[in-house]
Amino acid sequence: MPLAVEPQIEHLLRRAGFGARADEAELYQKYSVNQAVEYLLNYEAIPDDVDSHIGQAGYAGMTTAGPFSPQSRIADARQRWLFRMLHTNRPLQEKMTLFWHNHFATGYTKIAGLTNAAEGARYMAAKPSEDPGGVRGQLEMLRDNALGNFQNILIEIAKDTAMLYWLDGRTNTRAQPQENFGREIMELFTRGVGYYTESDVYAAARVFTGWNLTRPGSAADGSQHFAFTYNANQHDTAAKTFSFPIYADGGKTIPARSAGAGMQDGFDFIAGLVASPETGRYLANKLYRFFVSESGQAPASFVARVGGMFLRTRGDMKAVMREVLLSPEFWSSDAYFARYSWPVEFVIRTLKDVGWSGFSLGDTLTPLSNMGLVLYDPPDVAGWDTGALWFSTGAMLARMNFASALASNQKFRLASAAKPYAKTPDDLLAWATDALVAVPFDRSVLAELSAYLTATGPWTGSDAQLQAKVPGLMHLIAGSAEYQLL
Amino acid sequence: MHGGVAAFTVTLAAPEFLSDLARAQGGRTRNLVILNLSGGNDSLSMLAPYNDPFYRSRRPTLAIPSGSVLQIGTDASGVALGLHPRLIGMRQMFTQGRLALIQRTGYPDQSRSHFLGTDIWSTANPSNASDLGWAGRYMDTLPSPVDPLVGWNTSGSLPHVLAAAHVAVPSIPSPARYAFDSPNTGVEATAERTAATRMNARPPLDNPELAIVYESTQAALATLDRVATVASYNGTVAYAANNGFAQALKAVAGAIVRGIGTRVFFVTTGGYDTHAGQNVNAANGTYFNLMGTLDDGLLAFYTDLQNQGLLNDTLVLSFSEFGRRITENGSQGTDHGAGSVMLAVGGRVRGGLYGTAPSLNPDPGNPTLENSGGDVRFETDFRSVYARVIDDWLGRDSRAILRGDFRPGAPAFL
Repeated sequence: MPLAVEPQIEHLLRRAGFGARADEAELYQKYSVNQAVEYLLNYEAIPDDVDSHIGQAGYAGMTTAGPFSPQSRIADARQRWLFRMLHTNRPLQEKMTLFWHNHFATGYTKIAGLTNAAEGARYMAAKPSEDPGGVRGQLEMLRDNALGNFQNILIEIAKDTAMLYWLDGRTNTRAQPQENFGREIMELFTRGVGYYTESDVYAAARVFTGWNLTRPGSAADGSQHFAFTYNANQHDTAAKTFSFPIYADGGKTIPARSAGAGMQDGFDFIAGLVASPETGRYLANKLYRFFVSESGQAPASFVARVGGMFLRTRGDMKAVMREVLLSPEFWSSDAYFARYSWPVEFVIRTLKDVGWSGFSLGDTLTPLSNMGLVLYDPPDVAGWDTGALWFSTGAMLARMNFASALASNQKFRLASAAKPYAKTPDDLLAWATDALVAVPFDRSVLAELSAYLTATGPWTGSDAQLQAKVPGLMHLIAGSAEYQLL
Repeated sequence: MHGGVAAFTVTLAAPEFLSDLARAQGGRTRNLVILNLSGGNDSLSMLAPYNDPFYRSRRPTLAIPSGSVLQIGTDASGVALGLHPRLIGMRQMFTQGRLALIQRTGYPDQSRSHFLGTDIWSTANPSNASDLGWAGRYMDTLPSPVDPLVGWNTSGSLPHVLAAAHVAVPSIPSPARYAFDSPNTGVEATAERTAATRMNARPPLDNPELAIVYESTQAALATLDRVATVASYNGTVAYAANNGFAQALKAVAGAIVRGIGTRVFFVTTGGYDTHAGQNVNAANGTYFNLMGTLDDGLLAFYTDLQNQGLLNDTLVLSFSEFGRRITENGSQGTDHGAGSVMLAVGGRVRGGLYGTAPSLNPDPGNPTLENSGGDVRFETDFRSVYARVIDDWLGRDSRAILRGDFRPGAPAFL
């Protein structure tokens, strides 16, 4: 159970991380808000050793069919990412990786369907160190660049094997350009819908003609894999004209180039997108909804400041995120609990608050699917429907039922942890609401929780009563509406 | 965020079993099943103008051989049309006069974006794609108190088409999983459920974001027991176990057969964004499988309801965000296009071919095409199809719900 920490630090860790474990609460308590923000941002200084704890005592468990193989089995990859969210000492890196996963939303199922299950997991989740061909899966690339340069991320995404399958760039050729990636890089990754024309889509498709796949390595040692190649023969060398500026001088036309030099088209186009004020605004709005508040629109002042930093730094995401996390909007009392938790945020925070000892992350996968979020498998390239749309009735029941399953799993530990604080029902309730921080409960709701504790008999505080009531209470609180907001 | 997540309340005083109320609100229930083919359906592979010479020249790998199509006759313009060879069940429905195919549906200046396109088809409002859903606006016309099960979304998150101002439609992807679990059993478990119900009884007026979660929880707890009656539904025919779409339709059939009062259902089947490797013709090809999933689910549903005398109470209406480009791309797929085909299935549907097929001649002056002969140009505004459904099936004034008069030119499939 975490110690009580300053409300500001709790707010910061709910948003820039996945809530607070006891050790995180203790660590961050020593920092001022500004120090805590810098500590989160400068995570390179913190050892990246979370994966080395997989399988160790004291950490959440895994359920695998055979040896743990996140580079080739998607269920294992999902559990590894959840393990990182739970146990990392670099919470903002994992949070940004989740943001990018939703931003560049790429689905394992299509890639596995075009290749096979192991290859699908590989291109989404492999670490180069564990892959015989040195493949770095898309999410590892995003994790490596979580607070990197946005222009660099876009270039990496345009060359990413999973993305070349997902948006069909692998088949984008001179004779017959393929529009899927060309459209979405403008609509969803940078400028936003309404800020490009259909003829821009045709031009963007031609920019990326020849950005295809090749297959180096040998089948014998397992190193063979699909990887990006620029296929000059398949590049459309004619000029491409857009409705918006590509170059700093306002030029809208990417000039005709020789096939050999044609890859520069893509770099010019991406640089033009990153330099667009529309892209700065689009990302500032998206960051606002993800990190600050889903109640109302991002204020113009926020968009101007964050979008301005994005443009000035040409997409330095660390500088941009510093602007977000130190913004007056982020620290406004209105922003507290103004964000609907995503299913993974809810699950990880519940694990941090209720406990994970003896619990397997494999037991979160079906509940997460029922809540509407399968990691590595967003519903489409626009990502998940977030905000209030997470809270369909079926998804809300799935949250309540996960809370029930976890409380049941932690039953005996919870009962003994609560025992010193369980002299009266209201003492127990105070202990529980302190452990699971939520939107402050209305007095009438607290009265219902209190009534629950004595609904089936007078309070005795016996072990048997605690083993029934403490898990029941944790179920009700973690499954409450108030606990679903961050 | 899509607009308009509902602000509606169920008080503890509401009767636990509301079918009587549902019946009182509409007499014998007519069901509308909204079917979304998500990703942009390639209507020229579903309903092929197989004798058009440009069909083959513009789609060298994707065109269905004329010997393979399931011929269903000619339309009003004399164009011979055939269903995709995997649509055996749909041909049966067509032959029985219970399937209408409405060709070249769309709207002016059609969006080629998946997301804006879906919003427009969901709201029937191209000028304000964040409007409430058109089916949501219909449900908002029902007299209060509205049964919380008046709508049933079979997908995981609420589709825009069901977004309403006064009705929170439950999302019930699986009736069997729609239950309240407890770490305890017996009276302890019952006490938890009672506490959860009471905790969520009064959505906070001063916190609308939080109130939405209260309302969802309330709606879940208020509908659990009725939904449980559907979980045990087996049907009179087999619904393919490995076909999620068929399983969703099985739940819809169960809800209809059990008479739990639902009026509007939403089902979706995806994978229609066939930019590459569309593979229309090979058994187990991508588009071939899409047609298999669709046909197997629809045929089971159709037969099951027919067996139980409930087909006359049921209307299935499909939509997809856009049709696809006529000329196939270099990836043996098709990019985003415009006009497409809508399907209507039901016991009271006047089956047949509505509208006229496009001529696929790439001449930029071809009036049935747009985008320099690249895409199919709409002939029937999709809102006039909705108007027909609202006026003649749902019994409401379409002009109010659609925010305009789309009755002129509405195809007479009902």
